[in-house]
Amino acid sequence: MIDFNFTEEQDMFRKAAQEFTETFVVPEIAEMEKTAEVNTKVVKALGEAEMTAITIPEQYGGLGLGFTERLIALEEIGKASVATAMMLQVNHLGIAPIVNFGTEAQKQKYLPKLASGESMATVAVTEATGGSNPGGCKTSYHKDGNNYVLNGRKCFITNSHIADTLVVFAKDADNKEKKSFSTFIVEKDFPGFKATHVEHKIGMRGCNTGELSFDNCVIPAENLLGQEGKGMKIAMSAIGDVGRGGMVGCSLGLQTACLDASIKFANERILYGKPIFEMQTIQNKIAEMKVDLEAGRLLGYRAAAVQDEGKMSANEFAVAKYFTTEAVQKAAKMAVDIHGGYGCMEEYAVTRYLRDSFVIGPSAGTSDIMKVIIARWAVS
Amino acid sequence: MFKIAVCIKAVPDPELASKIKIDPKTGSLIRTNIPLAINPLDRNALEAALNIKSTQGGEITIFSMGPPQADTTLKQCLALGADQGILLSDIAFAGADAYSTALTLASGIKKAGDFDLIFCGVSSSDGATEWVGPEISVFLGLPVVTLVSEISEVTSELIQLKANIENGYRKVEVDLPALLTVTMELNTPKNLSFSGIIKAKKKEITVWGIKDLDISENLVGLKGSPTIVTEMKPMEKKRAVEFIEGDRVEKANTLVSKLFEAGII
Repeated sequence: MIDFNFTEEQDMFRKAAQEFTETFVVPEIAEMEKTAEVNTKVVKALGEAEMTAITIPEQYGGLGLGFTERLIALEEIGKASVATAMMLQVNHLGIAPIVNFGTEAQKQKYLPKLASGESMATVAVTEATGGSNPGGCKTSYHKDGNNYVLNGRKCFITNSHIADTLVVFAKDADNKEKKSFSTFIVEKDFPGFKATHVEHKIGMRGCNTGELSFDNCVIPAENLLGQEGKGMKIAMSAIGDVGRGGMVGCSLGLQTACLDASIKFANERILYGKPIFEMQTIQNKIAEMKVDLEAGRLLGYRAAAVQDEGKMSANEFAVAKYFTTEAVQKAAKMAVDIHGGYGCMEEYAVTRYLRDSFVIGPSAGTSDIMKVIIARWAVS
Repeated sequence: MFKIAVCIKAVPDPELASKIKIDPKTGSLIRTNIPLAINPLDRNALEAALNIKSTQGGEITIFSMGPPQADTTLKQCLALGADQGILLSDIAFAGADAYSTALTLASGIKKAGDFDLIFCGVSSSDGATEWVGPEISVFLGLPVVTLVSEISEVTSELIQLKANIENGYRKVEVDLPALLTVTMELNTPKNLSFSGIIKAKKKEITVWGIKDLDISENLVGLKGSPTIVTEMKPMEKKRAVEFIEGDRVEKANTLVSKLFEAGII
C-alpha cells in the first residue's frame, strides 16, 4: 500500500514552519508590500529559525533534511508570504550546487555561514536572452594564471542584492568551437562584481530581483565549482529539482491562501439574505481551487519523495511545477472574482495574491518550457 | 540540579475552536478531524521550566493524562526542550473530571520521584476549571501559588514570584518544593524549531496505565469523578437590526437608554 501520510516528525516540521511564519513573517508583510524592499528582520529570522539550514548536511551546521521537509517549509511560509518563500527557495537553490558539487574546502568555507543565515545565496544562470536555455549564455570566463576572469551580465536574479555567495554559470571564452561551460562560486566582494539594476516586479514585493554585472571579475581558481567544462550539469541539476521544487512550494502555499481567503469571504458576504458560499457558481470556484490544490500537493510531494529516495526528480517536478503554477494563477483570479469589488481593493490580501501569482508563473521556467520538458520526458 | 515537572494537556487545537460542534442529541463535543495541540498556557508553563533549566541547570519531565494520540503533544514538548515525557493513558482514566485528573497526575508524579518544582498552566482552553494545578498540590502535600505572572529569583531553597489577584498582584516567596500555575503574562513561549524536533527523536516517552500507578481504579476516570457535566449547549448568537426613529436628540437618547438596558454602558 502506498503511504500518503506525512511522518509525525514532518507534521511537527509543518507546525514549526507555521509558528515561524506567524511570529516573524506575518507582522512584516505590510511593510514589505509598502516598501517592496527586502525585510532585514525576516532575513535574520530565516537564519535563526534554521530555515536556511534545512538542506545543508549536519557536518556543515545544517539540518540534513530532505526535499519533503523543504517543501513543507516553503508551503507554510508561502501561505502567508510568497515573497519570503521565494527568497528562501532561491537561497536553497544557491546552496545546492555547493552541497552537491563543492570540494571539501568549499563546503567548509561556505556552508556553515549559509546554514546559520549569516550569508545568503543565489544562482545566476539567466541572462537577457533567457534562462531556460543555458547554452545560449553569453557571460564568459577565461583563465588568467591562478585566477579565472569573468565578464558578462546576468538578469532576473532573485536575491541579487542580498546574496553574499553566488553560484555563477559562464561559458569558456577560449573554447569557441566546442561550447564549454563552468560554474564558479563568486563572493559579493570579489573585484569586478557588482549587483546593479533592481527590478520593480508586479508582485512578490519584499523579494529582491535584479541584475548582476561581471566586469573583469577576478575569481580564485579554488572557487571553480565542480570540474571545468561540466558546468551545464551543475546548472541543470540545480534548476531541475531544487528550482522547480521550490516554485511548487511557493505555489502550493499561495493556492491555499487563495482558497482560505475565498472560503472566509464567501461565508461572510451576504447576498439575497444568504452567504454567497451557498450559490452554486461560487461553490464551483471553491471546488476547482480545492481539486487543484489536492492534485498539486500529490504531484509536488510525490516528486519530493522521488528525490528523497535518491532518484532524479527533475521531470516529476516539471509536471508539478507546470500544474501548480498554472493552478495558482487560476486560483488567484477566482479568489479575486469571488471578492467582487473588494477584490480590487488593496486592503484585501487577494489583490496581493493575484500580483504574486503572475510572478510565480515564469519563475524557474515558464509553463511553455515545462511542457517542452514534459513532452520530451513522455517520449523518452 | 533542578528536577522540574510540567503538566500539560492535549486539547483540541484552539485555532480550530470554531470548528468544534456540540452534538445536539448527546450533548457531547464533536472533535472529529480537530488535531490535538498543547494547551496554550501549558506552553507558558514549559517555557518557565526551560528558563530555569537554562540558568540553573536541571531536568524537565512532562506529565500528561490523555488518550494514546496525546503523545504527539508530548513529543512537541520534547522538541521544545523537555528531557522526557510520561503519558498517563488508560481506558480507566477516560471521562475524568478535574479532581480525578489531578489525582491521576499526582500519582504519576509521585511514582516518578521527587521534584523541586511543578509547573501547570492556570487553566485549559477546553475545560477551563483552573482546579487541576491546585488539586495536584493538595494530593502531593505541596505549597501552591496560582496565577504566577513573574518569576524574579530562583534558588535551590525558594522561589520569588509575582502572582495576579483581582485588581492587582501579590509578591510571594515560597519554599521549594512547590507547585505553580502560570499565566500567559509570565513569558513568551519559544517556537518549535527544526533542530529541536530532530533532537527529540532520541528522547523517550513512557506510557503508564492504571496498573503502573499506586491508585484504585475506583478513584480515576469517570468512576472517580465527583462532578459530571450534565448538559452542554452551543452559545446562541443572535443578530438583530433596529432602526431608531426621531430627531437627532431623540435618537441619541433612545440609543443611550437601550445601551444601558442591554448592560453595555
